[in-house]
Amino acid sequence: MRKHLTDLMLVGPAAILIVVFIFMPVAIVIVLAFTDYQFGASSANWIGIDNFSTLFGSKIGRKALSNTLIYAAIVIPCSVGFGLLVAIGLHNLSKTLPRISAILRTVYFLPVAATMVALAVSWQMLLHPSLGLINNWMSMFGLQPQRWLSDRDLVLYTLAVIGVWQSVGYNMVLFLAGLAAIPSTLYDAAEVDGAQSGWAKFWIVTWPMLGPTTMFVMIVTAATAFRIFETVAAMTGGGPAYASDTIVYALYREGFVYFKAGYASAITVVFFLALLLLTAIQMLIVERKVHYR
Amino acid sequence: MSAVTQSEVSGRISLEGVTKKFGEAEAIKNISLTLHKGEFVALLGASGCGKSTTLRLLAGLETATSGRVMLNGRDVTKEGPAARNIALMFQSYALYPHLTVAQNISMPLRLGRMSALQRLPGAGLLSNSVRGMQDAIAKRVLEVATTLRLEKLLQRKPSQLSGGQQQRVALARALVRDPSAFLLDEPLSNLDTQLRGDTRDELRALHRRTQYPFLLVTHDQSDALSMADRIAVMIDGQIAQLGTPKNIFETPANIAVATFIGNHRMNMVPPGEAELLHTAGGQCHVGVRPEDVRISPNGKLEAVVESIAFHGEETILRMKTQNNTTLRTMLRGTQSLPSQGQTVGLAVEQSAMHFFDRQGQRQKVPQ
Repeated sequence: MRKHLTDLMLVGPAAILIVVFIFMPVAIVIVLAFTDYQFGASSANWIGIDNFSTLFGSKIGRKALSNTLIYAAIVIPCSVGFGLLVAIGLHNLSKTLPRISAILRTVYFLPVAATMVALAVSWQMLLHPSLGLINNWMSMFGLQPQRWLSDRDLVLYTLAVIGVWQSVGYNMVLFLAGLAAIPSTLYDAAEVDGAQSGWAKFWIVTWPMLGPTTMFVMIVTAATAFRIFETVAAMTGGGPAYASDTIVYALYREGFVYFKAGYASAITVVFFLALLLLTAIQMLIVERKVHYR
Repeated sequence: MSAVTQSEVSGRISLEGVTKKFGEAEAIKNISLTLHKGEFVALLGASGCGKSTTLRLLAGLETATSGRVMLNGRDVTKEGPAARNIALMFQSYALYPHLTVAQNISMPLRLGRMSALQRLPGAGLLSNSVRGMQDAIAKRVLEVATTLRLEKLLQRKPSQLSGGQQQRVALARALVRDPSAFLLDEPLSNLDTQLRGDTRDELRALHRRTQYPFLLVTHDQSDALSMADRIAVMIDGQIAQLGTPKNIFETPANIAVATFIGNHRMNMVPPGEAELLHTAGGQCHVGVRPEDVRISPNGKLEAVVESIAFHGEETILRMKTQNNTTLRTMLRGTQSLPSQGQTVGLAVEQSAMHFFDRQGQRQKVPQ
């Protein structure tokens, strides 16, 4: 009895906080998603799945969904791939030129540590159609200058490149830690067993041993990619003509600009379920292939 | 003795005047060592003496700074491990933790016989020749696994095995191909006492059966003395002595080897004081193993008993002479032990004495 009381006292405060600040808001959001509630309104009407059909049925809603998917489809593989590539490069470089490797590591990590909104301003300057450095260089090499942020067909890809640039450093750090944990005798063993090329050693040792790291990096990158918001808010505002509208930006716009709390809640619920599903699928697929020590 | 006759036969793998530097530090200084077919050589030395580097040089994991590595008369100094086809069992076993036992054992064959394309998953479904190779490899893996009693464990992962089983998997992986030599890096150091004894016998039997040249790297002299045909004692990056276990134990080439070999450190009486033991002692160090030191009232060399340690079958006395030389003696039985602080006379049979000149080299003294 006494022991139960101690248990309760230890678990209690955290449990209450979780219920009050996480479970209850989630429940409220789920309820609101089926209403037409507006911020400040004294009452709300139960409208069933109208909010959801607006999201999936309207052009704007579908645009936000597809934009987010395209963005994630570019950012996740590129960011994970480049992160791994850079990590392997720096890991090998640190054996011969440790100083330079450490400096480069800092350089790659800077975008992660810096505030995205501040960085967005410098990107905006770089990408300016007439004054920007990037278009200057493009025309120097005889290429057609582009309207990076105001071209409807281009803006999402520009944001994706920035997203990759920003997250590579974080993934690199995770991969570096994973690489450092691989025992060097495994590489010796692979060499003795007849693995001659670096490529063969990568597939026999590095890639499988990085399995758990890769899985973690994928999930984290996916979660951040689907939550894309800062660059959209700071650089394009979802424009031009919703060409760079994303789920979280739409959620912000509907909820905090138009005060449509019910509709915003519906977007939140969809977003939440999508992320949950994605993580579950990744865990199921990857977990079977991943070896944990 | 057999070492002399064998060295005239052409060796299968040898280091010829090999030096290895890491930066400015010389890890290996001008080493020459030949491994013959059917021979079991132990590389014995304290940790950090360069024995593991020697092993890695033989395997091709390190490249010699100068000197040559020869394999069946061919210069392989610049060639990697794959070209040398030398099997190496790592101290940590270095099994691939994500692969099953069968996959671990088959790795050298897959890498040796199949191209990268043929190793791709599913290649066996598309090509008959690849399937043929896979079947041949699986057959060979089962064969080796059976000889090492691993056939029931083939589908397990290394983490599901005991230390001894992991070691047998590492052995199997090394044996699955036909290696030109078999190198073992501290194979017994991770095993408990019971398993050590069994594994020693097993390795000896394996060696007799396969007749590969074996090189055992160890810091444990009892492993080296009990298993090897020849021992190379390594001290400070050099081979201090190369010979049969008996040879090394009975006629150590210098003071370093003499004090390294033996369960209890050999006593070394410096020149001058050693004259009390033998007339040659005026110019020579005299070395005596503790088991050969007798307490005798007639002994001219006197020492004060400092401590008495009881070890079961034997008792070790630590004593100090007037010149502050520490001596140890090993007594059997517990009768007539002197007490602590007592001064005793020490005597040694001349046949049990080892003479070393002032540079520490073994000296022949007319009996």
